[in-house]
Amino acid sequence: MGRTLAEKVWDDHVVRRADGEPDLLFIDLHLLHEVTSPQAFDGLRLSDRKVRRLDLTIATEDHNTPTLDIDKPIADPVSRAQLETLRKNCAEFGVRLHPLGDVEQGVVHVVGPQLGLTQPGTTVVCGDSHTSTHGAFGALAFGIGTSQVEHVLATQTLPMARPRTMAVTVEGELPDDVTAKDLILAVIAKIGTGGGQGYIIEYRGSAVEKLSMEARMTICNMSIEAGARAGMIAPDETTFAYLKGRAHAPEGEEWDRAVEYWRTLRTDDDAVFDAEVFIDAADLAPFVTWGTNPGQGAPLSERVPDPASYDDASQRHAAEKALEYMGLTAGQALRDIRVDTVFVGSCTNGRIEDLRSAAAVLEGRKVADGVRMLVVPGSVRVALQAVEEGLDKVFTGSGAEWRHAGCSMCLGMNPDQLAPGERSASTSNRNFEGRQGKGGRTHLVSPQVAAATAVLGHLASPADLSDADRTPAGAR
Amino acid sequence: MEAFTVHTGRAVPLRRSNVDTDQIIPAHWLKKVTRDGYEDGLFEAWRKDPSFVLNQEEYRGATVLVAGPDFGTGSSREHAAWALQNYGFKAVISSRFADIFRGNSLKNGLLTVVLDQDVVERLQALAEADPAAEVTVDLERRQVRATVAGAEQLTADFDLDENARWRLLNGLDDISLTLQNESDIAAYEATRPSFKPRTIAA
Repeated sequence: MGRTLAEKVWDDHVVRRADGEPDLLFIDLHLLHEVTSPQAFDGLRLSDRKVRRLDLTIATEDHNTPTLDIDKPIADPVSRAQLETLRKNCAEFGVRLHPLGDVEQGVVHVVGPQLGLTQPGTTVVCGDSHTSTHGAFGALAFGIGTSQVEHVLATQTLPMARPRTMAVTVEGELPDDVTAKDLILAVIAKIGTGGGQGYIIEYRGSAVEKLSMEARMTICNMSIEAGARAGMIAPDETTFAYLKGRAHAPEGEEWDRAVEYWRTLRTDDDAVFDAEVFIDAADLAPFVTWGTNPGQGAPLSERVPDPASYDDASQRHAAEKALEYMGLTAGQALRDIRVDTVFVGSCTNGRIEDLRSAAAVLEGRKVADGVRMLVVPGSVRVALQAVEEGLDKVFTGSGAEWRHAGCSMCLGMNPDQLAPGERSASTSNRNFEGRQGKGGRTHLVSPQVAAATAVLGHLASPADLSDADRTPAGAR
Repeated sequence: MEAFTVHTGRAVPLRRSNVDTDQIIPAHWLKKVTRDGYEDGLFEAWRKDPSFVLNQEEYRGATVLVAGPDFGTGSSREHAAWALQNYGFKAVISSRFADIFRGNSLKNGLLTVVLDQDVVERLQALAEADPAAEVTVDLERRQVRATVAGAEQLTADFDLDENARWRLLNGLDDISLTLQNESDIAAYEATRPSFKPRTIAA
């Protein structure tokens, strides 16, 4: 019987397989950041171990880093101490590090792909659940805990039970203003936050094949929000074109050999998935969340659901709690929800195409009075590219704040946070209670919806804007 | 890792679904660089509410958390498992756990027990009716037993794969186990294609 993409990559990394044991998998790339690694390095020191493969390990700083005044000492002493701990650990063990201020610094899941380190058919891990992002290249990539970070540092392997496989097939054309973000939010709403538990999801079908690498990363990124540790997309010409010429991509004959292997990384026609989900792209629309988990979402044109409409008691209870926390009323039109803050950034939507999409909507328009808009590029490289294209000027000209790279308001470990009761439209990945700041309320949206929302002050899509509200290019 | 064989303690019913790891331990606690000292951050936002179950005097000192479905979703932060342990929990019972949280817990000797949702709800009801009810989580027999005033009220078997159970029962360190197969790792490394990426020159 044929094998799925996930099974092929898995099989190619089995170091040891024995009855009654999980498979021992080799890890091709280990990404580190400051939050989930300190205790792992401590563990190595305690047992007098070293990093087995420094050449497969790389670190950057992202979660705690400020997005303002990055040339000054970090104000929060605890954040500063954590970054200093990473620097000390990397120096002591010899790990390559891109610290704040370095041109390759940025959100770890933006940095790996842009360096060309994330490649098809590799295994990628990081102490961060959004490691699933790298699956966009046909890599098997998943988030791990700190004990596993230590395990990989010491052994370059992980014992793992083999997950089941799920296909999410999306056929057809995505309608105008419908993005990869809307697609994945719709998938999560359909299968639920636990729907992917125990599975590796493979996204496939004509609508997925037409997506750019950056859009594919947005989709794979949020696999974890459906409960799946990993999401994958088969590598194709789009993947190869993205990788060609990047700093760590193979060159010359090595490139040819790599591509030859990468072309084999497709699910066989006779392979069988353990579960299948089908979606018609034409049915999709701009999608936003109304609740406190990423599965609580709906098309922007709809209304806040009535908890009483849920048959399942636990879902009904969750919806009641969510509406209470979010300060929303059942039946309220989603478009009527006013926001205080708009955040564009994160490992989900902080890449150059995301910034271009948001800028295209904002160009010649103004952020509504009383709305604060933060634009945080996913990496220094993304920021430089945006500046070269003049996107920073579009953002600042509209009244948005253009910041330095990092995770920022996605999780509010740095000063970029919502105040209690404040409401955001955010291109990030989690609308959990307090995620963006204690008492903050988050609506997950695409970059286009974020920008339109910033202009109108309430949840909106670009279709809600008229050309009349744009200042003509000559008059700017 | 501390071994887990049999534990008996009082239970806390947490009737919420989709308790994500941001609720278990908020991000600002993740700036710490140790594995301990997270007990005050456990469910920090909810503990400000006097009616929250952990604030009830009768549940003080309880060691078994009986949670709603999809417990531990979201972030991979192992701090969530540490916070539960630092607070005093030895086991968490739910009908569904998020994969990463479950793995992190088992690596730290915090036993996550999967039972059917109706059994979980019966346990929650028992703990609500009598906070002094005792719950035994028996890894040797893969069984949960609840007793009220010495009388057994509920017995339920649970699954846990034999390898994970063996490691927990013996408190074994995963890294040492893996390094027993170091020659397999070296043999694999010798066959890796040369086009695979490297972060630095080897």
